[in-house]
Amino acid sequence: MPVKVSVKNIFKIFGMEPHRGLELLKNGRSKEDIFEETGQTVGVEDASFDVEEGQIFVVMGLSGSGKSTLVRMINGLIEPSAGQIIIDGDDVASCSPARLRDIRRNKVSMVFQHFALFPHKTVAENVAFGLKIKGMPAEERRRRAMEALAQVGLESRADSYPDELSGGMQQRVGLARGLAAEPEILLMDEPFSALDPLIRRDMQEELLELQRTLKKTIIFITHDLNEALILGNQIAIMRNGRFVQTGTAEEIVANPANDYVAAFTQDIDRSRVFTADSVAGPADAVQLSTDTAKNAIERMEAAGSDAIYVLDGERIAGAVTYRDLTALMRDNGGALASALITDFPSARRSTPLFELYSLAQSGLPIAVTNRKGRLDGVIAPQAVFAKLAGEAAAA
Amino acid sequence: MVSPSDFLTIPLDDWVNFFVKDWLVPNFRPAFRAMQWPITQVLNTLDGVLNAIPMVLFTVGLSLIAWRTAGRGVAIFTLFALAFIDMIGLWPETMTTLSMVVTAVFFCTVIGIPLGIAAAASDRFQAALRPVLDIMQTIPSFVYLVPIVMLFGVGMVPGIIATIIFALPPIIRLTNLGIRNVRGDLVEAATAFGATAWQTLWEVQFPLALRTVMAGLNQTLMLALSMVVIAALIGAGGLGLTVYTGLGRLDVGNATAGGIGIVLLAIVLDRMTQGLGEKRSVRTVSLAATLKSLFSPRAVSSGQTERAS
Repeated sequence: MPVKVSVKNIFKIFGMEPHRGLELLKNGRSKEDIFEETGQTVGVEDASFDVEEGQIFVVMGLSGSGKSTLVRMINGLIEPSAGQIIIDGDDVASCSPARLRDIRRNKVSMVFQHFALFPHKTVAENVAFGLKIKGMPAEERRRRAMEALAQVGLESRADSYPDELSGGMQQRVGLARGLAAEPEILLMDEPFSALDPLIRRDMQEELLELQRTLKKTIIFITHDLNEALILGNQIAIMRNGRFVQTGTAEEIVANPANDYVAAFTQDIDRSRVFTADSVAGPADAVQLSTDTAKNAIERMEAAGSDAIYVLDGERIAGAVTYRDLTALMRDNGGALASALITDFPSARRSTPLFELYSLAQSGLPIAVTNRKGRLDGVIAPQAVFAKLAGEAAAA
Repeated sequence: MVSPSDFLTIPLDDWVNFFVKDWLVPNFRPAFRAMQWPITQVLNTLDGVLNAIPMVLFTVGLSLIAWRTAGRGVAIFTLFALAFIDMIGLWPETMTTLSMVVTAVFFCTVIGIPLGIAAAASDRFQAALRPVLDIMQTIPSFVYLVPIVMLFGVGMVPGIIATIIFALPPIIRLTNLGIRNVRGDLVEAATAFGATAWQTLWEVQFPLALRTVMAGLNQTLMLALSMVVIAALIGAGGLGLTVYTGLGRLDVGNATAGGIGIVLLAIVLDRMTQGLGEKRSVRTVSLAATLKSLFSPRAVSSGQTERAS
């Protein structure tokens, strides 16, 4: 995927004569020193990252970490003190005001924490705001606004005023307003933070749902690591204006860069972050046509497991358990086929762990299958719980 | 006792006399006279129209407007108030006063709203404007009546100019305040969608400040009405003149009639402009509620009574 937004060594220092603070910062002075000496506050310090097209890049940090400043520099609402922000070859940090307006009108739109809907305009007028600013005729504007509202399921409220809607609906309008101009990049500044937890979950799922078809490049700001882990293809953790760690959800939870990150990941619901991939063992199986019950028992004893998968060629025929086979051996020493359990649990490598709980309850190992339905790995039921317990102990 | 005046006396009165009489008046009188032109045009048009409309037609028309803007109660009150004014024989004077006040408010709006917008846009301009507005609001109007007469002469238009000076500050201040109080994230959102400063002003800031601006307009209107009697001192006609002559001749009846006319006009205009400011939630007010609101402490018109009588 090509890089859509590239942020290079960006700094923001609030106060008069920011270059003085910048000089001190580059000489390795601390933020406290700089504040004492010059009265300047360091907002963002040397942040660099690339966002690939169609990805959700989440910046997570607590209040005062500089994340809101960072996102506002991407559409030029705040001018960086140093560094570059390249969007499709244009440097937002240094381009002309007219070019910047053009980028805001056509390429980058924004969704705000407190919705920032215009109270004197109807829902449809709010959604059409960016189009009106561009000078689009009223009829086309209305049509496009209705399309955008349909995407978030609010066409019926087009002529209501924002204060007649619930918080969740208002933010849907905010999202529709962001989408109406069909931008390539969407900046979302804590869009769901002001919503109730249940509504927040719905909105997160809805965003992921929309993203599957829209494939926008999204830069998403949040103070909630859980939200970051659910939404982000890439996650950056910010503290005091610096990036502490950047990586995928699994990378961050599995290997926190320092104690600060570890403190956050401690309370995380690991079962949503880790996937079947992290607990899958090798695809150990016997062949239906060539292996006997005796072979299968020996393989299970060697591996220390209670059950094993049986393949018919490359297709999964089913599973056999140690107990069934030993009973079978006592009776007649017969073929594997008679003990075959064909109703076996299966999952994909990308299935999150929490979905494996119910599968693991059957007692059988879980078959990890690839796209063609072939056996790709096996998960021992106890491995699912061991993973969660082990990680918790390690953290 | 020793006092500073033993060492130094400042002839401030002589300086001002010199500045106004020997420099400002001879050099700039034609320029000031020319400034009267637009005011004269607006006033004459308005006065002609208002006096040409038959009393009954005007009363019904204004009551209908009051009904649309402020509800049924205000409409009924308007009907009775105007009928009463006609019955006490002050209809022409009331129309003259109305045209004077509306002219003054019109120019206050034309001058005041752009100044308020400029003050909201620039902290430096606001800082410069503030003391000027403070002076305009605190200096007794009699102080500037004299130079106004010297520069503009006597008559209706100089009276209106004095009224504009007196009534201008609230609309500037409240336009400034209204725009500055628009939520920061809304302005930010407009900017983030690529709006220019003018688009932001026109689409977001001014519409959201409109309520406050209308409150400023209402205040300006009330101040303009309170200048009616003072403007009569320098030759403006209308209800102010009725009160002023009543005062001069100790004719308490005439003065009271003029005062009541001013008060009734003030109440009608006040309720109508207030209604305009709250237009989005148009609701009808019962007559009882209207009468009750006449005695509520926030009504500016209660101050009017003291001034007029």
